[in-house]
Amino acid sequence: MNDVRRAAPKDGAANSPEPRCGEQASPLSPGKGMGDRQMHAVPPLLHRRRLFLWGALALLMIALPLVFNKGFALSLLCQISIMVIFALSYNMLLGQTGLLSFGHAVYFGTGAFATMHTLNLLGKTATLPVSMLPLVGGLAGLLGGVLFGYVSTKRAGTTFAMISLGIGELVASASLMFPAVFGGEGGVSGNRVIGKAAFGITFGPQIEMYYLIAAWTFVCMLAMYALTQTPLGRMANAVRDNPERAQFVGYDPRWVRYIMMILAGFFAGIAGGLSALNYEMVTAETLGAWTSGVVLMMAFVGGIGFFYGPIIGAMLISMLAIAVAGVTKAWLFYFGLFFLTMVLYAPGGIASLLAMHKRLWNAGQLTKVMPAYALVALPLLITFCGVIGLVEIAYHHAEGVDEPLQIFGADIDVMSAATWLMALLVLAVGLILLKLTWPRVSEAWRRVLAGIDGKEAA
Amino acid sequence: MNVPALQLTEVRKSFGQTVIINGVNLSVPQGERHAIIGPNGAGKSTLFHLASARFPVTSGGIFLKGESVTSLKPHQINRRGLSRSFQVTNIFTNLTVFENVRCSVLWALDYRYSFWQRLAALRDANQQARRVIAEIGLAHRSDTVAGILSYAEQRALEIGITIAGGADVILLDEPTAGMSKSETGDAVALIRRVTEGKTLIMVEHDMSVVFDLADRISVLVYGEIIATGTPAEIRANRTVQEAYLGTTFAEEHHD
Ligand SMILES: Nc1ncnc2c1ncn2[C@@H]1O[C@H](COP(=O)(O)OP(=O)(O)O)[C@@H](O)[C@H]1O
Ligand SMILES: [Mg+2]
Repeated sequence: MNDVRRAAPKDGAANSPEPRCGEQASPLSPGKGMGDRQMHAVPPLLHRRRLFLWGALALLMIALPLVFNKGFALSLLCQISIMVIFALSYNMLLGQTGLLSFGHAVYFGTGAFATMHTLNLLGKTATLPVSMLPLVGGLAGLLGGVLFGYVSTKRAGTTFAMISLGIGELVASASLMFPAVFGGEGGVSGNRVIGKAAFGITFGPQIEMYYLIAAWTFVCMLAMYALTQTPLGRMANAVRDNPERAQFVGYDPRWVRYIMMILAGFFAGIAGGLSALNYEMVTAETLGAWTSGVVLMMAFVGGIGFFYGPIIGAMLISMLAIAVAGVTKAWLFYFGLFFLTMVLYAPGGIASLLAMHKRLWNAGQLTKVMPAYALVALPLLITFCGVIGLVEIAYHHAEGVDEPLQIFGADIDVMSAATWLMALLVLAVGLILLKLTWPRVSEAWRRVLAGIDGKEAA
Repeated sequence: MNVPALQLTEVRKSFGQTVIINGVNLSVPQGERHAIIGPNGAGKSTLFHLASARFPVTSGGIFLKGESVTSLKPHQINRRGLSRSFQVTNIFTNLTVFENVRCSVLWALDYRYSFWQRLAALRDANQQARRVIAEIGLAHRSDTVAGILSYAEQRALEIGITIAGGADVILLDEPTAGMSKSETGDAVALIRRVTEGKTLIMVEHDMSVVFDLADRISVLVYGEIIATGTPAEIRANRTVQEAYLGTTFAEEHHD
């Protein structure tokens, strides 16, 4: 429908300009009639609005290192970029085809190892430019998809999920059995500065590496977006929604899933290849369960129902991981808590929250929910503090750390019952206030949405 | 043109010990509109599931335009020109009406698993989808998500998806079930229009629809076809009257 909507760029809520993942226009956004779509000219791949978005994105990616040029910020940018490709490739399965994979790291890792070994082979001969090496990773990921996709795509649902988990474990344990290929515990390392420098670019400096990653990321994003606008991309949505019906319009759901999986493996492999070049090191962890879990989290938190959801997720999770891990040992716990909260209260992910608010914005009604938001802000903050307080006390207590826990410069005795009671009290107060005030938010939304629906119906 | 469009020979189907279809023979010539009637639970839907390969047969043969399709998969049979609708609406609920119909024309137009062509640039697919949507009277709804259509609209879409690919053997399972009188009238007109020149086999409960549309009728009772013939023959058939038509028939056609 995106392609169709492109022909009618100017109407309101119905036409989301964002690249969406297939056809997930929710019932919240009924379309307008088909008048505009009767246009006979074939709409261009990127109509003006979308062209603008992609252009802005390209400029942003070019300009970012001008601001974030410090070592740390720059390597964060590199990592985010790589994860954007990886998360988008994951969503080709989950969001677009309805395949819940617990083993997507297999393709990322395969790509990373293949790239690293090729790099090390090239070290002696240098026949392929380093900038093209991620393609080797892509091909390795693709081969992985050909191999493992064949055994796993016959069924979707639980069967697929279980098989993906099994394959993930299988490959991860195999990686430890063949230290010659996977480097055992220490992994495989290499040096990306090989061969003659073309135009003085060696990819030695991180900034050069960043631009290489950014270029690949941009191309992959565009390619994956374009894929959602093809017959295969749309049939993937159809197979996700109703595999049985897809059969009765001539499609073999298994082939649709299989091809999608091969292509997703390809893009995951490119991401893996970039990561190999970026870190000049690949360990078995790259293709293990942790990596598979993180990419699932990124896609889900960002929003699997929208093309751009996983991009948000990749940025957010990468930054959170670094920011939170920097200040507390309990970061994994917070991660789990955050994920849980999202699954429970915003299963559509950040992207769907944005889309909901954008609908209000388009209708000029966004301010109507703001008072309710202001009301719950304080209860949210109190709850937040209560949770953090409790978690930190518990962590310090469990670890028996000698140095005292410091919050706002004040020493806190994690052994005293008073401290625990205090934290519990804060949490309880926060939760009670939240329970009391949240209905205002629901009510505000209900009223505003009823208003918008009424207007649309009229 | 004397090969039957669809032929079933000695088709049997049992679920475990229960025999549901018990040696059905049926031959539908090309271009015929054939109705299958029978009491609830007679096995009419099951017969459609067998003909369209949703279920495998326990024994017997199924021939589409003379070729055996007995052991094929649903998508393979569909590619050979047999398309079917479902008694319980079976559509892509999260896709728009337009996308539902466009998905149904893609294979027929040979786009297969293409990931190198843009949907928006496929003029023939888009035009055919629009034409079908206009035909089923959902033009004003084409950007609506199929899941929120009214019941009658979903039934129309179900027919649209079934005929969109241009299959020449169409199986419709109770297309008018649950519709009001006027909706039924519209549906009959629609079915007549979209199956022009094609072979139609339909399961239908509404006798006025059956006698209105069908060239020939088969009566299925307890998994067996007890009679096949023109509407007049079926109306006059003793066994049919006793076994099935009885009251319904008398009420609707003898007063
Ligand atoms: N998958 C199945 N497993 C077991 N029994 C079934 C199955 N499908 C249908 N049946 C049984 O087969 C009989 C015929 O069903 P059906 O073909 O739906 O009848 P009809 O369409 O004529 O009303 C019913 O008694 C039903 O319970
Ligand atoms: Mg039935």
